[in-house]
Amino acid sequence: MNIIKKFSLGLLLSLFLTISANADKIRIGTEGAYPPWNSKDASGKLIGFEVELAWTLCRYIGQQCEIVEQDWDGMIPALIMRKFDAIMAGMSITAERQKAISFSQGYADEVASLAVMKGSDLEGIDTSEGINLTKKTGAVKKDLKTLTSALAGKTVCTQTATIHQNFLESGDVGKINVRTYKTQDEVNLDLTSGRCDVALAAAVAFTDYAEKSGKSVVLVGPTFSGGAFGNGVGVGIRKDDTELLNAFNRAIDKARKNGDISRIATKWFGFDASM
Amino acid sequence: MDLDLMITSFPKLLNATLITLKLLSVSLVLGLFLGLFFAILRLNKNPFINKFAYGYSYIFRGTPLLVQIFIIYFGLGQIEYLRSSFLWVVLKEPYWCAIIAFALNTGAYTSEILRSAFQTIKPGFIEAGKSLGIQSKIIFYKIQVPIAIRQSLPAYGNEIILMLKGTSLASTVTLMDLTGVAKYIISTTFKPVEVFIVAGGIYLFMTFLIHNLIKFLEKKYSY
Repeated sequence: MNIIKKFSLGLLLSLFLTISANADKIRIGTEGAYPPWNSKDASGKLIGFEVELAWTLCRYIGQQCEIVEQDWDGMIPALIMRKFDAIMAGMSITAERQKAISFSQGYADEVASLAVMKGSDLEGIDTSEGINLTKKTGAVKKDLKTLTSALAGKTVCTQTATIHQNFLESGDVGKINVRTYKTQDEVNLDLTSGRCDVALAAAVAFTDYAEKSGKSVVLVGPTFSGGAFGNGVGVGIRKDDTELLNAFNRAIDKARKNGDISRIATKWFGFDASM
Repeated sequence: MDLDLMITSFPKLLNATLITLKLLSVSLVLGLFLGLFFAILRLNKNPFINKFAYGYSYIFRGTPLLVQIFIIYFGLGQIEYLRSSFLWVVLKEPYWCAIIAFALNTGAYTSEILRSAFQTIKPGFIEAGKSLGIQSKIIFYKIQVPIAIRQSLPAYGNEIILMLKGTSLASTVTLMDLTGVAKYIISTTFKPVEVFIVAGGIYLFMTFLIHNLIKFLEKKYSY
């Protein structure tokens, strides 16, 4: 009995020590499954644009950091419940999310796109190159109409709790059959298996997958921005944590001025996605 | 605690419970047939036949249900030969993939439950039947099967409850069952505690019903 007591006391103590040791570190949550934004290498180490950017921002803030992995669908609840202090996970700044958390200024922006397997009847779909949903001009409306009829009866796949899901369910492209997945990897798998007729995600998520897997995934239709797609990607922070929010905003300013963001973005995306 | 959210999400979750119940009932019916079939094979004297049945239950009881669903859904979907075969009509649908995984899983457990129930039947019952000159086929269907079913009721009730909770894994292959819809509501409201409490309450209520149904049946068929 005594041994058990001693053992559990030691366990409690060590638990307490690890908690207090982490107290002054900024913990940053990321998904680790959305390349090239954030992902893992073969050894399980977190890599990607945001992982590298996070270390850079921490240097500018002048505080120790720790990067924590978290499933995408629990990202915002985990932040609110203080499992970590900031989100850097390719999370776009949207009005809906701003009801629950604050965002720093945007550090990168990247368009969304539909993708199909080569040979799909959606391949030659006739729209403009890109549409911005913030201003619904005649041309945008015409493209949405083309998409509505092209997507009717198709199974459209996307990751759950994303801007892409919001857009597909917004009614802008009519009432369509949306299927949602826990990770982008699973969307890619079902796109190649043929369970999905078409998928929607960040355009780089598809080009990255096509390049690495050798599968003939091709982008179709216009690229999307604005409206449901939000205003760039920023750092998500708890609403009451204004001090940390200011620190991140200042760090992003400095990193932008010194060219760090565009350098890291070019390295991971192949083009300058910084903003 | 956001009571409003709990109240507004309740009807949506109740609606999704229908999918959960459908998954549960279809896989239990299929699993019961599979279980009975494999339990009979297990009792067969031929070593090849009973080893085969043992292998089936060993594999499906020895691996997590989540892994089984993933292998059937994402794994089989990667095999090109399968995709061009007639099987793809079934395997293309997440619903049927989940049903196949659930039925095979509960079938394995049910076969063990029934096998042990058959083996606990006192030889005296069978001997009594034989001494009355009843055919062994009729002894099996009229004496052994009813006794085995009664014997296995408590364990099988457990299996139904485990399977009810197992259906929550259907949400991992895009199905909008009770857990799937709960996750969906959380993804737009960011309030997991409230929604999961309501969903958990619905699961608990279903378990309560199943538990009492089995208790009732146990009493009714006690001897």
